[in-house]
Amino acid sequence: MISFEYIADNIDKWLNNTFSPWLALTIEFVIVGVLCIGLFAVLGLVLIMMERKVSAYMQVRLGPNRVGPKGMFQTVADTLKLLVKEGLTPAGSDKFLFNLAPFVVMIAAMLVLAPIAFAKNFQIWDINIGVLYVSAVSSIGVIGILMAGWASNNKYSLLGAMRSGAQIVSYELSAGLSILVVVIFTGDLSISQIIESQQTGWWIFRGHIPMLIAFIIFIIAVTAETNRAPFDLAEAESELTAGFHTEYSGMKFALFFLAEYVNIFIVCAIGATLFLGGWMPLHIGNWEAFNSIMDWIPSSLWFVGKTFFLIFVIMWFRWTFPRLRIDQLLNLEWKYLLPISMFNLLLATLIAIQGWYF
Amino acid sequence: MLEEIAVNDTGDLIINVGPQHPSTHGVLHLIITLNGETIKNIDPNLGYIHRSIEKMCESLSYRQFIYVTSRMDYLSSHINNHACALTVEKGLQIEVPERAQYIRVIMDELTRLASHQLWWGAAAMDVGALTPFFHAFREREMINEIMEETCGARLTMNYNVPGGVMADIHPDFQRKTKAFLAFFKDKLPEYDELVTGNIIFQNRMKDIGIISKEDAISYGCSGPTARASGVSCDIRKTHPYSIYDKVQFDEVLETTGDSFGRYLVRMQEMRQSIHIIEQLIDNIPEGDFQAKTKAVLKLPKGEFYTRVETARGELGVYIVSEGGLTPYRIKFRSPGFSNLSALNHMAKGQKIGDMVAIMATLDLVIPDIDR
Repeated sequence: MISFEYIADNIDKWLNNTFSPWLALTIEFVIVGVLCIGLFAVLGLVLIMMERKVSAYMQVRLGPNRVGPKGMFQTVADTLKLLVKEGLTPAGSDKFLFNLAPFVVMIAAMLVLAPIAFAKNFQIWDINIGVLYVSAVSSIGVIGILMAGWASNNKYSLLGAMRSGAQIVSYELSAGLSILVVVIFTGDLSISQIIESQQTGWWIFRGHIPMLIAFIIFIIAVTAETNRAPFDLAEAESELTAGFHTEYSGMKFALFFLAEYVNIFIVCAIGATLFLGGWMPLHIGNWEAFNSIMDWIPSSLWFVGKTFFLIFVIMWFRWTFPRLRIDQLLNLEWKYLLPISMFNLLLATLIAIQGWYF
Repeated sequence: MLEEIAVNDTGDLIINVGPQHPSTHGVLHLIITLNGETIKNIDPNLGYIHRSIEKMCESLSYRQFIYVTSRMDYLSSHINNHACALTVEKGLQIEVPERAQYIRVIMDELTRLASHQLWWGAAAMDVGALTPFFHAFREREMINEIMEETCGARLTMNYNVPGGVMADIHPDFQRKTKAFLAFFKDKLPEYDELVTGNIIFQNRMKDIGIISKEDAISYGCSGPTARASGVSCDIRKTHPYSIYDKVQFDEVLETTGDSFGRYLVRMQEMRQSIHIIEQLIDNIPEGDFQAKTKAVLKLPKGEFYTRVETARGELGVYIVSEGGLTPYRIKFRSPGFSNLSALNHMAKGQKIGDMVAIMATLDLVIPDIDR
């Protein structure tokens, strides 16, 4: 059967047979890099289009429908516009940091892509501390945001960046603690092992109460980490015009915009991997017939389906809820989510030790 | 230049919100002194959309000046026109036909509904929920269509003339208005579900921007802003004009004086407006829609003052006449100006995000503040 695993293995074999090992490895690096950038472009196009259509249907309007069939090339047209636009660097700004910031945000988003399993045995880097790597690298992005806010020499940008810093650092804790719940149940940090452990059922079903709590907290925390409404205080347009990227234009703005959407994809992919089994098909106990039918659906489709379901949920949030205030946002984290996740971690440990899960 | 001062002598950050800013809904300029995120002082800076309407009116005849007033508070333009027409009628002692009065009041209430709908969408947008705005515009579009058929305009109606209204109502007017009311009554609970009941929205609105009853009176607040603090100031009740003394409706009062109180008052006012229109729409009497007036109107020498309740509060029209073709002096007492003056009092000590929520519930229309 043709699968991503099969294709990747064959390319690897062919390269190693044809070239010397180090040359084959170099070519593989290049292929992976190009694929990553390609994935970024596709994700940008698909997610921005999806956001526009989802918001349009929630807001009793049609959304883009002029460029291409059903407006599918609207994002392409927008990107072209941003490409030819002048990337202005304001006077009085710290030029080096100002121009560096979008790339820091972008590179941080790119790095997190490494340990994600897109299909069965189809992964860039199966690092043995997978989830630790993810939570560590994903917080680098905030440095880029702080950089952008500070270097812009704009008071709105500064306020937005400071809000963003406080917000991301706080919500990282809850996200980390809810990831730990999964680690406790699995006993392993690597992404592939976490997926393997969900062979008999996804953790959200097997881990019942603590896993459900962890899942809900994880979704709230990553919504905040990606600066999405109702936690979009860093760019709250009615208060701070555009927050930390007020002064950015052209392609530099587009990089921030793209990084936001790639980050959404990444956190949803992590959520799908940890709680919903990644590429693992839906298996129910010993229903052999049902399980084998589920196995027929390609693993990549399972992964993409679960991820896009979570992305839709996060978009749903954005177009329904009003924004929180900065003190309410931090209260929510430090007074409610953090104590609940800590208690939840203890509960999960107890349940894992006693073996009270399915 | 103010723009160049980033930090003042006491070490506070100064930011200029506006004249172009998404939350000021127009060209209002606020100079805000901040300590971190906490507001220490707000200094509203006006004049960016001053068109000297009052001065312009002095060179226009008593028939013409009414149309300029549509451009003051453009969301309650019909009510502005009504106020001016009432003042001229008072001066000339014109008896307005019953039919014209009914049409005027129905139109007033439709305007109020349209204004409150837009406010509801914009207020939700200010606190970060973008979807309600589009839902509000869907309903407002129906009112605009009714207006378009009868008045020929959607925003600046110019439908009132001294002595009545300019033209008779469109044959479809009653049917369409009733259809709209039936539709909108179903939608109001949806508004509550989407926004009023939302816990985040309530947290953003409750206990912020509090203004006491005494302060509301001393700042000259009027309309829903004052009624949320418990000040009974509905001109339609206290000094009924036109046929408001013949219809049944309640003056909506809240006692909290916070942003959520102002929100609730406007939501209730929408229901009261529906109630008023329902009483009148089937009972529009037959007869003339305009009283017979002289071709050239000349107000007798003297001073004339009328006040009406617009969607934002009390609008006063003060005309000084020397007996000539044009007014000697005209002064408008606009509700937005007094309500804005209370902003500093309300927002001091709150967060910058609260300032936006407070401004949203003050329902400022900048061309009304800056005439």
